Amino acid sequence: MPFNLLVLACFLYVAFLFTVAFVVEGRAAKGRLGWLRSPVVYTLSLSIYCTAWTFYGAVGYAARSGLEFLTIYFGPTLVFVGWWWLLRKLVRIGRQHHVTSIADLISSRYGKSNTLGVIVTVIAVVAATPYIALQLQSVVLSFGVFASAAPDGSRPLDPGQIAVWVAVGLAFFTILFGTRNLDAREQHHGIVTAIAVEAVVKLVALLAVGSFVVWGIAGGLADVIARIDAADLAAWQVQPGRWTGIIFLSAAAVICLPRMFQVMVVENEDEGHLARASWAFPLYLLGMSLFIVPIAVVGLERMPVGANPDMFVLTLPLAEGQGALAMLAFLGGFSSATSMVIVESIALATMISNHVMIPLWLRLRPAAAAADDLRSVVLMARRLAITAVLALGYGYYQLSGGSAALASIGLIAFLGVAQVLPVMLGGIFWRGATRTGAILGLITGLAVWAFASFLPSFGPGAVLPESVFTQGLFGQAWLRPHSLFGTEAMDPIIHALFWSMTLNGLAFCLGSLFTFPGPVERLQGAAFVNVFEGAVGPQRWARGRAEPEALLGMAQRILGEEAALSLFQVAARAQGKEGFLPDPTPAFLDSLEARLSGSVGAATAHAMISQLVGRATVTVEDLMAVASESAQILEYSARLEAREAELTRTAGALREANEKLTQLSLQKDAFLSQISHELRTPMTSIRAFSEILTEGDLLPELVIRYGRIIHDEAKRLTRLLDDLLDLSVLENGAVQLTLGLASLQGMIDTALTAARATRPEREFQVVRDLPSETIYIKTDADRLTQVFINLISNARKYCDAARPELRIAVRHKAGRVTVDFIDNGRGIPKGAQALIFEKFSRLTDANRAGGAGLGLAICREIMANLGGSVAYLPGQGGAAFRVTVPLRLETLAA
Amino acid sequence: MRRPRRPLFLARAPYRRRRLRDAARLLPVFGVFLLLLPLLWTPDSRMSLSSGDVIYFFSVWLVLIGLAAAFAPGLRGGDGADEEED
Repeated sequence: MPFNLLVLACFLYVAFLFTVAFVVEGRAAKGRLGWLRSPVVYTLSLSIYCTAWTFYGAVGYAARSGLEFLTIYFGPTLVFVGWWWLLRKLVRIGRQHHVTSIADLISSRYGKSNTLGVIVTVIAVVAATPYIALQLQSVVLSFGVFASAAPDGSRPLDPGQIAVWVAVGLAFFTILFGTRNLDAREQHHGIVTAIAVEAVVKLVALLAVGSFVVWGIAGGLADVIARIDAADLAAWQVQPGRWTGIIFLSAAAVICLPRMFQVMVVENEDEGHLARASWAFPLYLLGMSLFIVPIAVVGLERMPVGANPDMFVLTLPLAEGQGALAMLAFLGGFSSATSMVIVESIALATMISNHVMIPLWLRLRPAAAAADDLRSVVLMARRLAITAVLALGYGYYQLSGGSAALASIGLIAFLGVAQVLPVMLGGIFWRGATRTGAILGLITGLAVWAFASFLPSFGPGAVLPESVFTQGLFGQAWLRPHSLFGTEAMDPIIHALFWSMTLNGLAFCLGSLFTFPGPVERLQGAAFVNVFEGAVGPQRWARGRAEPEALLGMAQRILGEEAALSLFQVAARAQGKEGFLPDPTPAFLDSLEARLSGSVGAATAHAMISQLVGRATVTVEDLMAVASESAQILEYSARLEAREAELTRTAGALREANEKLTQLSLQKDAFLSQISHELRTPMTSIRAFSEILTEGDLLPELVIRYGRIIHDEAKRLTRLLDDLLDLSVLENGAVQLTLGLASLQGMIDTALTAARATRPEREFQVVRDLPSETIYIKTDADRLTQVFINLISNARKYCDAARPELRIAVRHKAGRVTVDFIDNGRGIPKGAQALIFEKFSRLTDANRAGGAGLGLAICREIMANLGGSVAYLPGQGGAAFRVTVPLRLETLAA
Repeated sequence: MRRPRRPLFLARAPYRRRRLRDAARLLPVFGVFLLLLPLLWTPDSRMSLSSGDVIYFFSVWLVLIGLAAAFAPGLRGGDGADEEED
């Protein structure tokens, strides 16, 4: 196989890729992508997970460590099969927040913090550089295979030169198609299609070589299985720790690798594609690894001892004289290397320009945000960054000399990017994750990874002095790179994985627990974590002072003239306006920021719009100030209302008091007229009879009779005056109570006896429940008895039943004693019930057997003084009164 | 912010969709179990490469892919307004 033919094929292949990318870009510009946006292309583009490391290295890995190479594929398989957990959310967040890279995701989530963006960028660049060097090395090695196989044995190109040319070619391709324009969503249709084509090439190549090995060299599947069983088993051992650890590591890497994030989240066209990729991508991986074991087994059998197993994919067909197949395998490996480098450098360049170069440039020249053509600045930054990334990779390749086994560098790079995992998972599932925690976690993880894994990979004495390996950092034995804290039992990569993830996660969680997030951070956190629960606007722009012209100018500089004009036109039409200048409404400013952040990153876009909108941006702090102001106003008005209600109440009380006073005045008048009437009646009869007596000439019996009348009337007068005096004393509360324990039964007995004097001629039956009356009450017994007498007398007086009967019921409940006096008469009519306790109220004049209608009024006053009450009890079949009295009257109340 | 109230019980179709999501969530757990299981087979913590192991792992892999492929269409259909974590 002539070497020159190989170079020619290589060039033709690259030219083909250029054409594909070019045609697709052309169609994308016209908006006719069609099937190019299908899930198939999406799934194939994900295949950049399979780099030259997996294309060539997997066979070598299998030859060295047996089935362990499968762990590299099992991690991604689990992540994709479980897409409903994580990837779905990640893609939704990426689309909703116009995320441009993994650094942008982290920075956005933690309050648009550029510091975090820078840290993630640094991690990504440091981890990716050796990985890019690895790809260059694999291309050089594969060229070397063909060169050494050339018949004349001469070496037409030395490896260094090849590496230079490959790097330059890749930079050219990436710059050409990766930085053609600034797309709002940072999507590159041309490149995605090109890597999809490359994905097909590498799968076909590997399957072809595998089929040749199985059916061409070995005698079919059964023979291969026999050979596998016959192979040297002892050489292949798997430690459970490594097996589990590497599955975890590759699962973490497939989420966190910048290039995977780029094709999986940023270049995603449709969330539905993810559902298809959830099984199609694992299937692709399965296809890629299907023939790895047979190739390794047969290669070990057939190839001379000492042959590099990493190159079996190439050397096996060459040794069998299959030049065309070897060429296909070479192109497959070439595709793996180039597609990875292209996407990785685009992803890194986006991060570097958005998080490092542009913010730096804007800080150095603040006026530039409004004046210069930023579009070209951003594009130039991208191009410089791509060149720098590839130059770094080339430099690393030159420095390392391209000797180490491929797989170990790959795993170290995986572990580097996996440091982003805790912060990312925390960011999208835990609202309590804070910026400080994220910074602490990332820096801790980066430091541990560098010390325990990355720096030692250069070998003892290269970066870390030999003494550090044997005695530990600063002579501390617990700080040895491969046995931190004295843990020597673990394999180096698992050791580094264990400690970096543990300390990283610990620092992140503790930092988050002990700090308080800023307002923007909290809003962004809510928007990310609750991404499926509808939009939570992180920040609203007020209708600011921004001139639409200035906004348009800025958008043109970033998005390009046509794109910006059409964006503004659509927005204007949506607002119902003609022309290109919509009003700077909050909604428009939000959508503009989202579009711009797709090109220059969330933090930068936010800063640029706030420069134009000026102080009119409503920050969360402003909103909070407004909220607290309105809260104050609300509180003030609530206080006013309360005061008004109080005034209304007071006015009502005053009105009532006034009415009462008026009533009282009327009552007083009525009372005076009543009392004068009551006094006058006996006085009149006394005067009349005493006049008759003074005239003399009267029969002695008449004198006696008249004298008795005068005496009776005088007695009545005295009683009336006594009652009045008593009432006034009771009403003024000036009464002296003599408190003591007294038996209720005794009091009722006394009262019944005393009341017998009233209408003694009537037969009156009294019904009592004696056991219930055995209560001792602490009260003024005389006064209470007076009330009882009054009530019993009233019953005797007014009960109009043919066989009058009085029932006395005593009840004791909750420290109060009630005594009911119920007779079987007609009772008191409803309308009169309210009146009976008033002074001088008498229902009928039929039985005015003495008394002036003051009895019940006195009873009421006595009971009030005794801390109890007397009330009419309706609905008992007759007149019923209930006396309520406290069981123990306290002296204070008296 | 208060979540809008969601119904406590669902009709048959949404119920099936939710259970399908549960199954999709369980699938990787199931996968981890199957992929770690062989570590326990060899008592001396060594796993050597035999054709049986190779066939086992590729079978597990195919089963996982098949299940994911079976779940995928139903899950994609569930994307919509009723998309809520349950």
